[in-house]
Amino acid sequence: MKSTASEFKKSARVALVDPDLQRAMGFIRGGFVEKRRAVVDRLPEFDALRQVARGIKEHTLQNLDFYLEAYEKRVQANGGHVHWASTPEEARDIIVGICKRAGAKRVTKGKSMVGEEMAINEALENAGFEPVETDLGEYIIQLAEEPPSHIIAPAVHKTKDQITELFHEHHARYGYTERQTEVPALVDEARQVLREKFLSADVGITGANFLVAETGSSVIVTNEGNGDLTNTLPRVHIVTAGLEKIVPTRDDVSTLLRVLARSATGQEMSVYTTFSTGPRRTDDLDGPFEYHVVLLDNGRSQMLGNEFHEMLRCIRCGACMNHCPVYQSIGGHAYGWVYVGPMGSVLTPLMVGLDSSGDLPNACTLNGRCQEVCPMGIGLPGMLRQLRRRQYQDRLTSRTSRAALAAWSFLARRPRLYRRIMGAAVATLAWLGGRRGRFRHMLLAGGWTSVRDLPAPQGASFQNQWRRRRGNSEP
Amino acid sequence: MSGARERVLANVRAALNRAGPLPDSVTRTLQGRLTRPRANLKPAIGDDPLAYFIQKLESVSGKVTRVESIDRVADVVAEHLERYALGDRVALAPDPALDGIPWSNRLMVERRAATGDDRLSVTGAYAGVAETGSLVLLSSPESPTTLNFLPDDHVIVLRESRIVTHIEDVWARMRSDKMVMPRTVNFITGPSKTADVEQTIQEGAHGPRRLHVILLAD
Amino acid sequence: MTSEVNSSRSSEGPAPRVGLFVTCLVDLMRPNVGFAAVKLLEDAGCRVEVPELQTCCGQPAYNSGDFGSTQGIAQQVIAAFEDYDYLVAPSGSCTGMIKEHYPALFATDAGWRNRAEQLAERCYELVSFLHDVLGVDALDADYGDSVTYHDSCSGLRELGIQEQPRALLAKVTGLELRELNDSNVCCGFGGTFCVKYPKISEHLVSNKIANVADTGAGTLLGGDLGCLLNIAGRLKREGGATKVFHVAEVLAGMAVVPAIGDGEDGQ
Repeated sequence: MKSTASEFKKSARVALVDPDLQRAMGFIRGGFVEKRRAVVDRLPEFDALRQVARGIKEHTLQNLDFYLEAYEKRVQANGGHVHWASTPEEARDIIVGICKRAGAKRVTKGKSMVGEEMAINEALENAGFEPVETDLGEYIIQLAEEPPSHIIAPAVHKTKDQITELFHEHHARYGYTERQTEVPALVDEARQVLREKFLSADVGITGANFLVAETGSSVIVTNEGNGDLTNTLPRVHIVTAGLEKIVPTRDDVSTLLRVLARSATGQEMSVYTTFSTGPRRTDDLDGPFEYHVVLLDNGRSQMLGNEFHEMLRCIRCGACMNHCPVYQSIGGHAYGWVYVGPMGSVLTPLMVGLDSSGDLPNACTLNGRCQEVCPMGIGLPGMLRQLRRRQYQDRLTSRTSRAALAAWSFLARRPRLYRRIMGAAVATLAWLGGRRGRFRHMLLAGGWTSVRDLPAPQGASFQNQWRRRRGNSEP
Repeated sequence: MSGARERVLANVRAALNRAGPLPDSVTRTLQGRLTRPRANLKPAIGDDPLAYFIQKLESVSGKVTRVESIDRVADVVAEHLERYALGDRVALAPDPALDGIPWSNRLMVERRAATGDDRLSVTGAYAGVAETGSLVLLSSPESPTTLNFLPDDHVIVLRESRIVTHIEDVWARMRSDKMVMPRTVNFITGPSKTADVEQTIQEGAHGPRRLHVILLAD
Repeated sequence: MTSEVNSSRSSEGPAPRVGLFVTCLVDLMRPNVGFAAVKLLEDAGCRVEVPELQTCCGQPAYNSGDFGSTQGIAQQVIAAFEDYDYLVAPSGSCTGMIKEHYPALFATDAGWRNRAEQLAERCYELVSFLHDVLGVDALDADYGDSVTYHDSCSGLRELGIQEQPRALLAKVTGLELRELNDSNVCCGFGGTFCVKYPKISEHLVSNKIANVADTGAGTLLGGDLGCLLNIAGRLKREGGATKVFHVAEVLAGMAVVPAIGDGEDGQ
């Protein structure tokens, strides 16, 4: 997927005044946020489980090469194939190649963020295949020709009315001509339309929440059943996954499942949690004949052991974005790429480039709610600050802000000079503020006064008053 | 393509400050973790797993009917078909545990995988998990996966003694039964649903609209 | 006014020597908060000094990625305060900076890291210092208005400050505390964030003000002047009448000057 993160400011401004988007985002509070809080409150062991989960991921990352090779061996022993891809281009070529060799026409897809990362749909279309998204949220945005705006609920930015119009427009060709306005009818119509696609697919592509080294299995955690129809009905099953999805054993997955479902949707267990291990067995009555896993690096290996290492613990639950006040205000599209909210603000600069996504690490108040709710305890604010540090070092920040910062730091390290200069400045401002006590406009402070009044300083600075009162008798 | 494999593994090792693969002593320990896995922390679920299982499953719209004998299964399924006007065809898993159910003559009971037109399937299950109210189904010739996802309604017959307390107990049982992983292990916890339209929960997405578990006393 | 503050430590041992870290915002924008802090600390039995060689904790540089300048500023703070029994600041974010981030700044310099860690152990935000360390459980202050309280993010998440201001406000005569819906949601200040992304900041602060209005309280309090300047500034722009003070001003009985953003006529 091509990044439009460089247009963040403009996109954010548009999002803030989009009534449909604001209406849709309003549902997140009572939805994801409230449900998570309720289910976490019900589990006394939640924090202890988080600690264990974090330990499992850390252990795995420290021995990632071992676990990747162990996983590969088990997949192959079960009759599956593992393909390695350093870049999205390599991954696309691999998948298109598999589809060609399978003589495929229609490709059904379960939700896969890694699939978006490698822009697989466009590649499949260009190669003459028909990719069909089957997760309801992904299906909706496929119809709308939009990117996902959330990693769990890709169409969270859409209102029911907008979905009504999309279905009305696109389902007529299947014989559905009535405009459906209620949720049960909308979901039922999607079920019927997509049923035909499931049954006629040649290849099914799913993501993976986890890859299990112990058994060579891939795990998907879903509610709709589309992932399972995608990995069972077609002739060929392809799994797309980032390197960091590896987990040692089924028991380890069991721990992670407990914190994933709760953090993502406020459920104790998703409706369908499926462990897939290889192609159909000789006497099976159904299932694909081929099982392929495409492992994507795309910069993940570079993150190991450096200041962004913690990001590899991410289990893609979406809790961070659900609780982020900035994400709640502007939605996901302003972030410009696959990954949104706090985790996207770390990953997009690392995977796509900091110079074209410079707003992302800065459009954050560092309030820390993301880290607080992260089931893996990832230090997101700290990593955003590290990205700001790279911007500063690479001189990617604006000249004016660098100059202002330099001036402030210069003065801050010279307290007596600071006291004289800043003291004079605030005394002047206090006098200018007069009886009103605030300013509607202030030179050089347009960023502040465009939106707020600026309270006037009270008068002489504290330090100056203190020196006068106590007569300079202190160090 | 093998070029990519070597590249990726080399990048991983370089990032972890390693010149080459791990030493044998370390890999032996790690191998041990894979061949002798241990459960991590399991949350407490009280001392009545059966009641806990039923409560959890019902809380996510799973229907539970308790019966004393396998004969009753025929009646329960017939009632379900009639209640929801699902017609008279049953796709029955070729599971030996489902042999000998006295199906009514008015029903067409076929032992096979599912088709896109099936209204109701009846399968067994390998286990139930009390912690989550889940049913665990292993794919096999006796338990084809499509029966779990294609039909409108899914009925599962489960013996009470097959209920374990936690997810990890399923793996423990598979290991003691010396079972290798089948193509799919499905944990099913209620009927299919989605919240993709304004965060409103709607049951009956792509999988079954209803899940009905018949709990058979031992 | 004589000291009428009860504290559990007032009669044991020598008075603790507290270095007051004023913070740049208090120093420049609202010295009344600094004097309120001094009064509260002295009434609780502390000897308060205000080291001259302080200006800023370094957050602006730190959060802009200039770790080099931040280190220089941090060294200045450490040197000025490390000989005191305690460093106390009327701000959760500045305290969090010194306590949680200074040691990490010197990860590769054992000497300075050690000094930073030593200081971090003796570093407190004002209200939590009064409550948790000095055990203040009575105040000589009255404030006859309904009040609601905003939890600033760094104070809450880096330092766990939540109960302490509420416990102390309960000791202010005549004050009626009403809980603020979403009190722990960011107000949209975020340091340079509020001027770099004014439209997003506006959205957040307007939400905050709507929640404040819903309480019907006459006064909003908080422990961080950055948040309060942001909220008060927007309140005035929207034409709201809620009075905004720093919690220290009310606890010290010094909320008698115009509220933040108010003119001399109290509007």
